[in-house]
Amino acid sequence: MSKDDILAQIENTIIMGHLDESDEGFDGDLEGTPGTIELVEKALKDGIEPGKILEAFNSAMDVVGKKFEEGEYLLPDMLAGAECVGEAMDIVEPYLMGKNEQKKGKFLIATVKGDLHDIGKNIVITMLKGAGYEVNDLGIDVPVEKIVETVKEYKPDYLGLSALLTTTMIEMEKVIKAVREAGFEDVKIFVGGAPTSPEFAKKIGATEHCYDAFEVVEKLATYKKAG
Amino acid sequence: METIQEKTYRRSLEVDPVRRLTQKKIEDIHSKSCELLNDPGITCFSQKVSEIYRQAGCKTEEKEPGTSWTVRIPEEVVAGALKTVPSRIVLGARDPENALLLDAEKPHVYFGTGSETNIFLESRLESFRSEQNPEHKITYPVYHEARGNVARLALSARLCNELENIDFFIRNVNLQDEGITEDNKDVNVFFASLLFMTKHVQAGITNIDKLDDVLKMARIIAGGEEALRENPLISFIACPIKSPLQMVEDTAEKVVEIVQTGLPLVLSSSPQGGSTAPVQEEGIVAQINAEILANIVLTQAVKPGAPVLYGAVPVRARTDNLHDFYGAPEFIHYNMDCAQMARYYGVPCYSSAGVGDAKRPGIQAMMEKVPVQMGVASAGPQYIHYAVGLLDRTNIFSPLQAVLDDASLGLIKDILRRPRFNEENTEEAVQEIRKVTASSGIFARYMRKQLRRGVVSEPYAFADDEVADTVLEQAQERLDEITADTGEMLPQEKIDRLYRELPGLLDLNRFIKTE
Repeated sequence: MSKDDILAQIENTIIMGHLDESDEGFDGDLEGTPGTIELVEKALKDGIEPGKILEAFNSAMDVVGKKFEEGEYLLPDMLAGAECVGEAMDIVEPYLMGKNEQKKGKFLIATVKGDLHDIGKNIVITMLKGAGYEVNDLGIDVPVEKIVETVKEYKPDYLGLSALLTTTMIEMEKVIKAVREAGFEDVKIFVGGAPTSPEFAKKIGATEHCYDAFEVVEKLATYKKAG
Repeated sequence: METIQEKTYRRSLEVDPVRRLTQKKIEDIHSKSCELLNDPGITCFSQKVSEIYRQAGCKTEEKEPGTSWTVRIPEEVVAGALKTVPSRIVLGARDPENALLLDAEKPHVYFGTGSETNIFLESRLESFRSEQNPEHKITYPVYHEARGNVARLALSARLCNELENIDFFIRNVNLQDEGITEDNKDVNVFFASLLFMTKHVQAGITNIDKLDDVLKMARIIAGGEEALRENPLISFIACPIKSPLQMVEDTAEKVVEIVQTGLPLVLSSSPQGGSTAPVQEEGIVAQINAEILANIVLTQAVKPGAPVLYGAVPVRARTDNLHDFYGAPEFIHYNMDCAQMARYYGVPCYSSAGVGDAKRPGIQAMMEKVPVQMGVASAGPQYIHYAVGLLDRTNIFSPLQAVLDDASLGLIKDILRRPRFNEENTEEAVQEIRKVTASSGIFARYMRKQLRRGVVSEPYAFADDEVADTVLEQAQERLDEITADTGEMLPQEKIDRLYRELPGLLDLNRFIKTE
């Protein structure tokens, strides 16, 4: 298989959401054939430039996004593609160290203290990775102190806070205040979760409110990479 | 065990039926019905039909000389009739993929239209501004009540042909054209219904002398006598019963003629609880069951093996004006019970659901229709009529309401469909849970397989992300889209032949000469 063939197949597996050999893919008949994971491993082993692989990821996700907008793909299909990119990025990342390949930005994300819900956060993470962002996930029930400490160490461009409970969304205001008081004025802070709203986000000093993972990616596209 | 729908028939809603009556209650009702068939018996106003009953083994005696006869039907005669009545009926269609299989032993439900409305409710969208605040604007339908006529019946059929959740078409608009007479009404009803309709068509017969013309039309459209036998694309409805326990001369004698065609026939009875039947459930069900059994005995006496449906339309009376109260919980109960009785006898069940008092589409109409449609369908009758487009009880047909009802039926079908899990699927799900808990924690990618299997339902067709409710607006837009299309018209050569060979067809050139 030529290098171009491998890259074309990587694109196709992402469009089909065909993560690995055990996955059925969009049409249900790809089980047993190489998925994104196997093909990316082969691509790296065969010496294909990591940058070319990232281009294949972006190209494939453009197609996936278009199919979703046109109604051909539903959300599970889109997430399947994003998951392929996300998992494959974990394999490609070590090969990017020291190279000029740049992610679109660094995104730190957490569910705030007192809240154990993370499905929305996890879907956002999948979409962000699929869109080419580097994501650091602090998990659930994360106290203010831990978030601030990680901001200092990780220096993200963006911070995402998630809450599903009305009782815990109050914690978001504490986080934003602490991050700003620690001197991180430039970090763009996104908030989301069922009880939150644009009005709430404005009130607590967040940069953006997002209803869903799509809105996160859409709004990020309007920002240039910080730093 | 999962039931597999034969591929050659239109997909039905397969339910796990709700059993409102226990087996003992069913047997009690049967027993009481048989008692009623002997005491007081059926009062029959046709001497000819009384004689048929007598020859079938019933006791008949003149009640009012020359006018009415009391017919007492022994239980063994009922049993004999139930042995010959078919438990499976095929209702054919111009598009054979729309043929329906009604199997009395299988709770596979189809939905369709019904009634013979005098008013056809036209609608269009207009914009309205608030008098208090002109910045507040809404878009809402305005309505015009038009008299039913041949063209509107054809329009209704064209619409219903395109609506996905309508499985059959019973003529639903009364022909009030100037040129319609007793001699040509039937051919025009069937012609207007069949012109754009590729699903099964059903109607009554006004003038039995014109039955042959209707049959001729059906043969021409089907492609001959043999083709019509194999694919009976029309069938008939007759209601010979006048509750309580009376059989009217005109319709009963029509039944005798129609049965001999061999085409399927719905024999209906429509007692009203509180006026022509007891209002209490056990009473009205015992009575209607007796009336339908009497119908079945008649048809099997005329032609053993005649395909007939157990036509139950029991309804409750309103307490303020004695009008039919179709939205009453009792209506649901009566009809659920009748579905069980029909299944007990092994006869496919014709049922009703989807009628209310609301005169315009909206929340009242929705609340009167949807719970009833769900309740009745949950009992698994094979053929639910009245389900689409009716307002103001059965007086108005509204194309806009038909579009709304179609969307509701889509939801109802998803809600009531049988569980699809079996051991293999459960094991597959367990494996899926193991994979996901060991990896991303998200099941979204695995939803794709279930989407392909068709086990994931669609959202309500007129749901919207807007703050305001736009259901009516969207439904009207959908209606306008459908009616702008030309529809699936009969081939021109068949239309020409029908006009040549059948007297009395009114001019529908407005529809026929398209493009």
